[in-house]
Amino acid sequence: MRTRTAILVALLAGSHLALLFAGFFAPYDPTTQDRALPYAPPTRLHFKDGSGFHLRPFVYAWTSVLDGDQAQSYQENYKEDHSHKYPIRFFVSGPSYKLLGIYETSAHLFGVEEPGKVLLCGTDAYGRDEFSRVLVGGQISVAAGIVATVIALLAGSILGIIAGYYGRWIDESLMGITELFLSLPWLYFLLGVRAFLPLHLSTIRTFFLLTGVIGLIGWARPARLVRGLVLSARNRNYVLAARGFSGSDFYLLRRHILPETFGVLLTQAALLIPRYIAAEVTLSFFGLGVNEPVPSWGNMLSALQQYSVLVSYGWLLAPACALVVTSVIYSSLADVFHSRLKSYST
Amino acid sequence: MNYLARRLVRAVLLLIGVSALCFLFTEMAPGSFFDEMRLNPQISPETIAALRSHYGLDQPLLVRYGRWMKSALHADLGYSIAYNTPVAPLLWSRAKNTLVLTTTALLLTWMISVPLGVWAANRRGGLLDKTITLASSFLVSVPELVIAVALLAIAVRWRILRVGGMMSADYESLSAWAKLQDIILHLALPAFILVLAETAVIVRHVRASVLEVLGAPCVQAARGFGISRARLLFRHVLPVAANPAISLLGFSLAGLLSGSLLVEVVCGWPGLGPLILEATLSRDLYLVIGGIMFSALFMVGGNLVADVMLLAFDPRIRTEAMDAH
Repeated sequence: MRTRTAILVALLAGSHLALLFAGFFAPYDPTTQDRALPYAPPTRLHFKDGSGFHLRPFVYAWTSVLDGDQAQSYQENYKEDHSHKYPIRFFVSGPSYKLLGIYETSAHLFGVEEPGKVLLCGTDAYGRDEFSRVLVGGQISVAAGIVATVIALLAGSILGIIAGYYGRWIDESLMGITELFLSLPWLYFLLGVRAFLPLHLSTIRTFFLLTGVIGLIGWARPARLVRGLVLSARNRNYVLAARGFSGSDFYLLRRHILPETFGVLLTQAALLIPRYIAAEVTLSFFGLGVNEPVPSWGNMLSALQQYSVLVSYGWLLAPACALVVTSVIYSSLADVFHSRLKSYST
Repeated sequence: MNYLARRLVRAVLLLIGVSALCFLFTEMAPGSFFDEMRLNPQISPETIAALRSHYGLDQPLLVRYGRWMKSALHADLGYSIAYNTPVAPLLWSRAKNTLVLTTTALLLTWMISVPLGVWAANRRGGLLDKTITLASSFLVSVPELVIAVALLAIAVRWRILRVGGMMSADYESLSAWAKLQDIILHLALPAFILVLAETAVIVRHVRASVLEVLGAPCVQAARGFGISRARLLFRHVLPVAANPAISLLGFSLAGLLSGSLLVEVVCGWPGLGPLILEATLSRDLYLVIGGIMFSALFMVGGNLVADVMLLAFDPRIRTEAMDAH
């Protein structure tokens, strides 16, 4: 159990570090287009050539064989050009980017010499490197999930505490409203709320709008959970005793009642983050979220709405794979938290 | 019946609450359907103002809400600006398809997940149980969008099922039997995606509630009488375990409807989903509100059905209802 938790936490930390330093791990700029290489398949890593085995992997450049006929499958469009080898080098300098949004640098983890290209997940319709886009797009998608979760949990726990602690008509009216929110299919509701807000905005404003909307819709369930906990904690003997010693409401909440909700809130966070990442991805997939050219997993996947693209260019499913991996890590973590919580309470 | 009457009143209150919430949100909205027109130099501001007052958009919130309520009582649910017709008939023509899809998926989901859940609980810790638990916990954490896109890719690549829309191009020329076959072939993929996503959720709950009942004293006693395992499971355990499962039906409906919106858009099924998405993009306010109301109506209806079933299956609820009387 402990090792499993440790592995999960390590995976979580690793994937988030990769996203945080996306610029470093990505070999190319996510928005730079290469019109000569649309829908190029992933480059194959080679270890062997005519002269034998090399420890350092190398790649060949793609040359397009048949221009203008995009309906053909990719094998007919691109062929490896064996005339020149491009060995993969580590810690190379490439296109410059801002690390963590502040520090301007051009260091990349790996890359090959120009004009060769190492495309781990192929390219999209505009010849942009899919691997770099998955990393940089993940920053936005995952951050959206986390921020939306913070908003939902914050709003939910504040309202839940008010409802559970002060009770009576406040409790009844607040719980009536939560029922309203819980009784709606969330995606219809999400689209509805989105319809009332402006469509085309700058990326930053879209981001906060989206997370706000997702969090706004999600506050109801945490509010109910917190309310239940506060309700039962309020009448514990030690709380009543502290109240008898004239402890203020704020003191009672902070010292005795709030700590009881932390475990549940943590479990909820691990459950909600992947769900809200998926919500952002769904909205962007529908064209209601983050707009091009800024990548997000959602707007990258929306290219697959055309059946021809879906069938011919399987590597464009890379953001979906990244999404699955993130979701599985988070929800396994939620399982672990949940079973711990259960074992404490019994 | 007192119990059902209370449920019904609650459902109506809920619908009124949802509509009020929708109108509150419209009040917060900075843009409107006419924003696009405003950019067009050939349309004068006076024309736009006239259009706005024609559709009553210049009225204060309460007046608009009152008008909308009146039109809802006439079963119109307001007026779509983009389609230039009352909203309700427009939505109803699409909602039928959504209902076909979701009901099929719901029935299939329960037909699959109840036996699977009972089986897994019966052979607790066995190979089958472990497989089901693992597969369901994986599928639960995979977002529905990914399931939909992945299955669509498989279906398109290997040409397994009909993809896109609800009918083939030559639908009109087919015989009645072939028409039905055609629709079923089109229905298969979206329904399968929904069933896969929902079964993963429900199998776990069925398994958990059956496991809980299996440990109860009455079941131990029944086992002591030497009742066969199958009879024990389906005659003695399942009815007791049905209560939480049926309560779950209401909740699962919310997930099913959200999932169906997504699946409809991805697979091109002509249900409410694509219509609502289009309305969202063109900011056709009353159509969006109507769509939310329809989805709330389905939810409330589904919950009422679950309540009736609970009343029919669980004697504990019946006596509770009597006591409350």
